[in-house]
Amino acid sequence: MSYITKQIAAAFMASAIGLASVPVQAQTPPDTLIQAWQIDDVISLDPAEVFEFTASEVLGNSYQPLVGYDVKDVSDIFGVIAESWEVSEDGKTFTFTIKPGLQFASGNPITAADPVFSLQRAVKLDKSPAFILTQFGLNAENVDQMVRQTGDMTMELEMDKAYAPTLLLYCLTATVGFVVDKELVMSHEADGDFGYEWLKTNYAGSGAFTIRDWRANEVIVLERNENFSGDASPMARAIYRHIPEGSTQRLLLEKGDIDIARNLGAEEIIALADNADIKIEDGIKGSIYYMGLNQKNENLMKPEVREAMKYLVDYATIADTIMKGKVKVHQAFLPEGFLGALNDNPYALNVEKAKELLAAADLPDGFTVTMDTRNTPEITAMAEAIQQTMADAGIKMELIPGDGQQTLTKYRARNHDIYIGRWGPDYQDPHTNADTFARNPDNGDDAASKPLAWRNAWDIPEMTKQADAAVLEKDAKARADMYIALQQEHQKVSPFVIMFQEIEVLGIRKDVNGFIIGPSFNDNSFRQVTKSE
Amino acid sequence: MSTTSPENSGGRWGALPILGMKAGKLTATIAVTFFGLLVVTFLIGRVVPVDPVLAVVGDRASKSTYDAAYLALGLDKPLYHQFWIYLKNALSGDLGVSVLTKKPIIEDIARVFPATLELATAGILLGTITGVPLGVWGAVRQGKLADQVIRVVGLVGYSAPIFWLGLLGLLVFYAKLGWVAGPGRIDIAYEYSVTQVTGLLLIDTAMQGNWAAFVNVLAHLALPATLLGYFSMAYISRMTRSFMLAELAQEYVTTARVKGVAEWRIIWLHALRNAAVPLVTVIALSYAGLLEGSVLTETVFAWPGLGQYLTNSLQNADMNAVLGGTLVIGIIFVGLNLLSDLLYTVLDPRVRRRT
Amino acid sequence: MSAGVSRRDWLLSEQPASRRQAKLGQAYRTWVQLRRNKLAMVGLGIVLVLVLAAIFADVIAPYDPLSGGDLRTARLLPPSWAHLMGTDDQARDIFSRIVHGSRLTLMVVAMVAVIATPIGLAVGTTAGYFGGWVDTVLMRITDIFLAFPRLILALAFVAALGPGIENAIIAIAITSWPPYARLARAETLTIRNADYIDAIRLQGAGSGRIIWGHVVPLCMSSVIVRVTLDMAGIILTAAGLGFLGLGAQPPQPEWGAMIASGRRFIIDFWWVATMPGIAIFVVSLGFNLLGDGLRDVLDPKAAQ
Repeated sequence: MSYITKQIAAAFMASAIGLASVPVQAQTPPDTLIQAWQIDDVISLDPAEVFEFTASEVLGNSYQPLVGYDVKDVSDIFGVIAESWEVSEDGKTFTFTIKPGLQFASGNPITAADPVFSLQRAVKLDKSPAFILTQFGLNAENVDQMVRQTGDMTMELEMDKAYAPTLLLYCLTATVGFVVDKELVMSHEADGDFGYEWLKTNYAGSGAFTIRDWRANEVIVLERNENFSGDASPMARAIYRHIPEGSTQRLLLEKGDIDIARNLGAEEIIALADNADIKIEDGIKGSIYYMGLNQKNENLMKPEVREAMKYLVDYATIADTIMKGKVKVHQAFLPEGFLGALNDNPYALNVEKAKELLAAADLPDGFTVTMDTRNTPEITAMAEAIQQTMADAGIKMELIPGDGQQTLTKYRARNHDIYIGRWGPDYQDPHTNADTFARNPDNGDDAASKPLAWRNAWDIPEMTKQADAAVLEKDAKARADMYIALQQEHQKVSPFVIMFQEIEVLGIRKDVNGFIIGPSFNDNSFRQVTKSE
Repeated sequence: MSTTSPENSGGRWGALPILGMKAGKLTATIAVTFFGLLVVTFLIGRVVPVDPVLAVVGDRASKSTYDAAYLALGLDKPLYHQFWIYLKNALSGDLGVSVLTKKPIIEDIARVFPATLELATAGILLGTITGVPLGVWGAVRQGKLADQVIRVVGLVGYSAPIFWLGLLGLLVFYAKLGWVAGPGRIDIAYEYSVTQVTGLLLIDTAMQGNWAAFVNVLAHLALPATLLGYFSMAYISRMTRSFMLAELAQEYVTTARVKGVAEWRIIWLHALRNAAVPLVTVIALSYAGLLEGSVLTETVFAWPGLGQYLTNSLQNADMNAVLGGTLVIGIIFVGLNLLSDLLYTVLDPRVRRRT
Repeated sequence: MSAGVSRRDWLLSEQPASRRQAKLGQAYRTWVQLRRNKLAMVGLGIVLVLVLAAIFADVIAPYDPLSGGDLRTARLLPPSWAHLMGTDDQARDIFSRIVHGSRLTLMVVAMVAVIATPIGLAVGTTAGYFGGWVDTVLMRITDIFLAFPRLILALAFVAALGPGIENAIIAIAITSWPPYARLARAETLTIRNADYIDAIRLQGAGSGRIIWGHVVPLCMSSVIVRVTLDMAGIILTAAGLGFLGLGAQPPQPEWGAMIASGRRFIIDFWWVATMPGIAIFVVSLGFNLLGDGLRDVLDPKAAQ
């Protein structure tokens, strides 16, 4: 070994030993909010492409939509970039007037040209979330006519049918409807891509924060937008750090290395509850945990078996133990908080009843079945618990774990027996879930759209008609009743064992206040977060 | 260099032609190996039961979105054609684009590799510093208690699952005692005070005179580096012991003893110097081994290096990234093997003579 | 006692009457030497305990390893007389799971040996026997496999095949045969030109028969010893795959996977992840001690 190597080695050893006596205690800077979160799902920062939880939240704090809603009462819809809107006589055309005097972080003023461009761009780029807009009859060819600027500060949006007005408004609150800075984006256009390559990793919005940096699987850094039209955020900087494990997040939170932990497990929540430096805050989310029973399976296609399965999940125990604090029992496809949500939970673990039903289905000794299980700790733990209660009624359930893409590939090819998963609504209107749980316009193997009903090969022409009727109903009360009726029927006969609704839980340092947990991730806001000393 | 070899007077230039031949043969070997690696990785990538389009557009895209991405990935072309494209791209350094990060794999690897390099280097330094003296000591005290203890300590290093020791280490030294910093490479509070030049944070912070950050980086590095160091120590001490035993049995040692040369001189100067030649190979190999060990260590310590990149990609079925990462590690492995081979030729006169 | 003595004499005879006697005699001498090595005996003891635990798992384990107790009352209980190693998050008895997990560990080790040894032997002896381009091609392939770090290649294979214990076994086997092939080739090179091989060849035996009937048996013992030495490594690789979620799948009581699932609870419920780690450590240490002793006896040069 050379002399120099020895020197370096000696220095290293000395400092490593020296450190051993100094306890490491970190503190986050007072003007910076630091959150630990599993952010590996971020694949883009472009509102026309973003569809993932984390990126939605980042955009929710850095971009603005035309309209928004009160996170405490989603039926209260108000303008954000739009000042007002009108619906035409035939219910097919919306006219929006833009608030005067707004500007983007770049300093460019916001005019009607920007939202028009943003919507046209999203439709033409046709990325994953584009269907939220194209379901109104928009496509790359007609969008220039259907979404049009009619004045400096006015624009019109025309649809192919007279949908329930709230449907469009809610869809515009989704990230795909966020308004981008036309001038800035187009200055980075290459090969007619509407600035897509650039905006994937850059920022062109008008929200309370600007996005300064995103390093995949490492960090997202936001900085205060000094040109923001609302009240300036007290925090100069907000950082998301990629920490996948809840136990690690908890340690960092306890040590004061981070301000907020976002992926705490049930055990971490319980442990942190006793810590005086930390508070736990939660809010109900729209995501639903369910099992899908493939109707191509000769056992699962029997109505009695479908019903028996609903009696073989110990909903209450799972919600009180493995998933304590993270879910509440919920058994209908519309989550609590949505228009027309059904909050009845008629099913509980009842092995005797299930056995009777199985006997009626000529399966008194049960049967063997597989369940594709995403290999996240929580889904796996739930699946294992369900596996045990199923076994009590003689159903031998074999788990087939896989990563997200793998189980999904199989699910979409309808090659599963049972799939256990989580479904999050795409926007705040009840149609988002009705569309997937209760509509299946074409049950053929090569169908163009693959809603959850299709994936489980559940052919439901009647229910599809009812869901189609509900989306055109203008009266909110009548519409809510239609959805409730739909869910009651669905709860009885569907091949979906809907089990839980998700609760988002945050572990927060005591001195951090003002984080708002909304019903969807782009409603989560740290705009008003303050730190007291 | 060597007390036994008269050939030594020929100087190290005498090795050049042999080196040239060897290098030529090795280059050919590497080319073939590289091609094989590509074939293996390509085939693995094609049989994975994951729809690659899904990873790009997600679950809820419309059919038109899906079809566009399918064509963009070239999945409509026949397999041999896809391989040809893969081969062509790989040769020009293009391993494709990561589905997860949307960046070229090469760029990703260049970004995460320094973290692994820093960790593995710290580990191998610790392993060498402790392993060599322990190995020498074991050889000198052969069969005695010290030797047995060292041997068992080494075997423990061979036997414990590294991810498990890492977890327990974090539990005890970070969570309970607070002696070291937690997972990650650096505290967030310092992260933005450091400009990454080399990507090796210890060097970057030292060059910028940012000593607070330097200490923080060290505190993060201490535990995982010690663990990796322990594992390489196990291997290095064992090999040192057997090389030293071989040297100590040589005639020149007896001669020196008869001449009355001090025992410590014989052991630490003469014998160890000769044993150092094969030791270089051992250290190079265990350095390569640490790259492999990093996969599990980095997962436990949330270390943003190549190992974590690989496992992350794997869990998200980002096959381009998995295969790119595997390929790069494969190449480094071959490279280190080659390097140790060449070093061996340069350093050891006996090999030169034989060839 | 006289029968025993005579058997011992027969085994240690300087002039064995048959090849079988010579081989047995050699094995016996190895055993005698090995028995003197205390550490190796400890290792052997551990391995025997593992085998016994696997055979009698149903008798030893006090609880069902797969289905747990009441989730509300029996979750994450600390070690006690009722649950020697505590319970996990599904209210299962960890001790029972570890006992049953020994079956999986043994199965992995055995299956990898059964798959990898013949591949290594076949490739190595064929390459060594034929030489020339056959040798070049086969050894080049071997080198390619050797060029990958084992765990990472196994990772890539499991990613391709899908997670599961069978696929983990296949992946580990695929990545562990190359050293055996090299060893078998080296052995073959030393004997392929031996007189008696030539004699058999002259009698008109085909290459296949010569390799299978005469070369392979001679290489077998050294390859088997090498496989034994690798067993601890195989166990650790399998545990690593399990830890990354790519080996045995829940609810199977594979030790690596048990650590992974206990990892979430390590701060407050340390035993969940610690116990299976101890199991892996002890068993792998056992194989290492035994292997170390064997190496000393069989290869005095390396042990010196």
